[in-house]
Amino acid sequence: MAKILMKGNEAIGEGAVRAGCRYFFGYPITPQSELPHYLAKRLPEADGVYLQSESETSAINMVYGAAGAGARVMTSSSGPGISLMQEGISYIAGAELPCVIVNMMRGGPGLGNIAPAQSDYLQAVKGGGHGDYRVICFAPASVQEIIDFMKDAFELADKYFNPVMLLADGILGQMMEPVELGEEETVQIPDRAWAANGMRGREKKNIINSLYIVPEDMEVHNHKLTKKYAEITENEQRWEEYRVEDAEMVLVAFGTSARIAKAVVDRARDEGLRVGLIRPILVWPFPVKAFEKVIPHAEQFLTVEMNMGQMVEDVRLAVAGRRPVHFTGRPGGMLPVASDVFQEVKKLMSGGAK
Amino acid sequence: MLESILIAGFGGQGVLSTGQLLAYSGMLENKYVAWIPSYGPEMRGGTANCGVTVSDTPISSPVVSEPTVLIAMNRPSLEKFESCVSPAGIIMVNSSLIDIKVQREDVRTIYVPANDLAEEMGNGKVANNIILGSLIEMTGVVSLDMVVESLKKVLPPRRHNLIDINREALEKGMQLAKNAGEKTSNVS
Repeated sequence: MAKILMKGNEAIGEGAVRAGCRYFFGYPITPQSELPHYLAKRLPEADGVYLQSESETSAINMVYGAAGAGARVMTSSSGPGISLMQEGISYIAGAELPCVIVNMMRGGPGLGNIAPAQSDYLQAVKGGGHGDYRVICFAPASVQEIIDFMKDAFELADKYFNPVMLLADGILGQMMEPVELGEEETVQIPDRAWAANGMRGREKKNIINSLYIVPEDMEVHNHKLTKKYAEITENEQRWEEYRVEDAEMVLVAFGTSARIAKAVVDRARDEGLRVGLIRPILVWPFPVKAFEKVIPHAEQFLTVEMNMGQMVEDVRLAVAGRRPVHFTGRPGGMLPVASDVFQEVKKLMSGGAK
Repeated sequence: MLESILIAGFGGQGVLSTGQLLAYSGMLENKYVAWIPSYGPEMRGGTANCGVTVSDTPISSPVVSEPTVLIAMNRPSLEKFESCVSPAGIIMVNSSLIDIKVQREDVRTIYVPANDLAEEMGNGKVANNIILGSLIEMTGVVSLDMVVESLKKVLPPRRHNLIDINREALEKGMQLAKNAGEKTSNVS
């Protein structure tokens, strides 16, 4: 099928509809507004429901309700709106419901700005809301990946009864790139015998709940969740390796930063420097397995981010003190420049910085 | 080959759609392309710009911070972006609306009275494609045929009657760049 030119935000919408999502609840915020705009037209065409809520708080609770009723449902926002949603995300994680949440990140903290950033990494992968929970988190790096990952996102949400986040920066939402949509497939949504959607001849009521008032029960539930997270961590690590086979210096970056880091790797290789890249495709679970493969020959790591150093904490946990882990990044909506990162690589490889 | 092209002008001048046409043409030529708009807190009636990258290799960052080509459709755009054009780059000036000259001497410059020429052709709206014609003549970033092919896809069928005049506009821009190249030694 021929390629078409598509904006990242629109690709999320089209990818979601093709993945069988028929419910969207959200509230506009730059730089993701083209997504609700696209779905406002596209979902009714697919017999779905698009609803602009009065706030992000209500949007995530509508997602909670729709997911509890068995719908394939999503919402999207950016930084400040995602912060408003954290209570609801925690409830959804506690009640173990499938849904997809998009965060098209911008500069922060506070109202910050609308320029592209990766400032919500820690919020996305360490819980974000209250309580002991995790969210599966995709980090696409191109418009094509956005299309491809939407289906995976809904499937993982169903498989593990867990919210799944798509974490991208404003550039990925705003840019247009060629994409191959492929044939529209028929989507099989797993049977939802657990859904609170009326008795339907059942003997017992289905109840969706995240309240465990008796501590002993809450502890059991926490253990159950933890077991699930361990299973996800074992089964679902995803990453891309780029020229790491013999790399002495391994860059680590996700999303738009990874595209810039890839250009740095090519430039370094042209100059005979053994540099490679690990690009986490899922940032939770973090691809610790990728690091075990490169540790034997990697002498040091350099994390490249559009923030002041967030994922670098997970890289340090994965490397576990065996090698030095450095950081370079630009915050506030500014982008790392390939030539600056390359200078940093050269400096580190010549032993210039300790 | 990597061209990173910044197209800037007033909102409503069609800079975003011109950028999309260029990106579309590059895609049809099986090149890597990316298009990104400025989406800052712009005012209605204010400036608009977009970056288009066309490359033989995968594009690392779609953000055009050091353009190889600047297309300035109005004066504020030239004043704002002249300094960021990469050395030996190209600045294309819509001289119908810009009454100042480019100060840089390390770039190639071409002045295209796009709006005047478009009015002469009987349709002011083809001004962008006159400049686009000059661009493809000077850089070879995409071919004329591919731009025309893209117009067929980008324009809705009821607007296909406009394809001929747009082709003429592109050809006019190409001819203008060719003539300028013959006249001035620092324009190739």
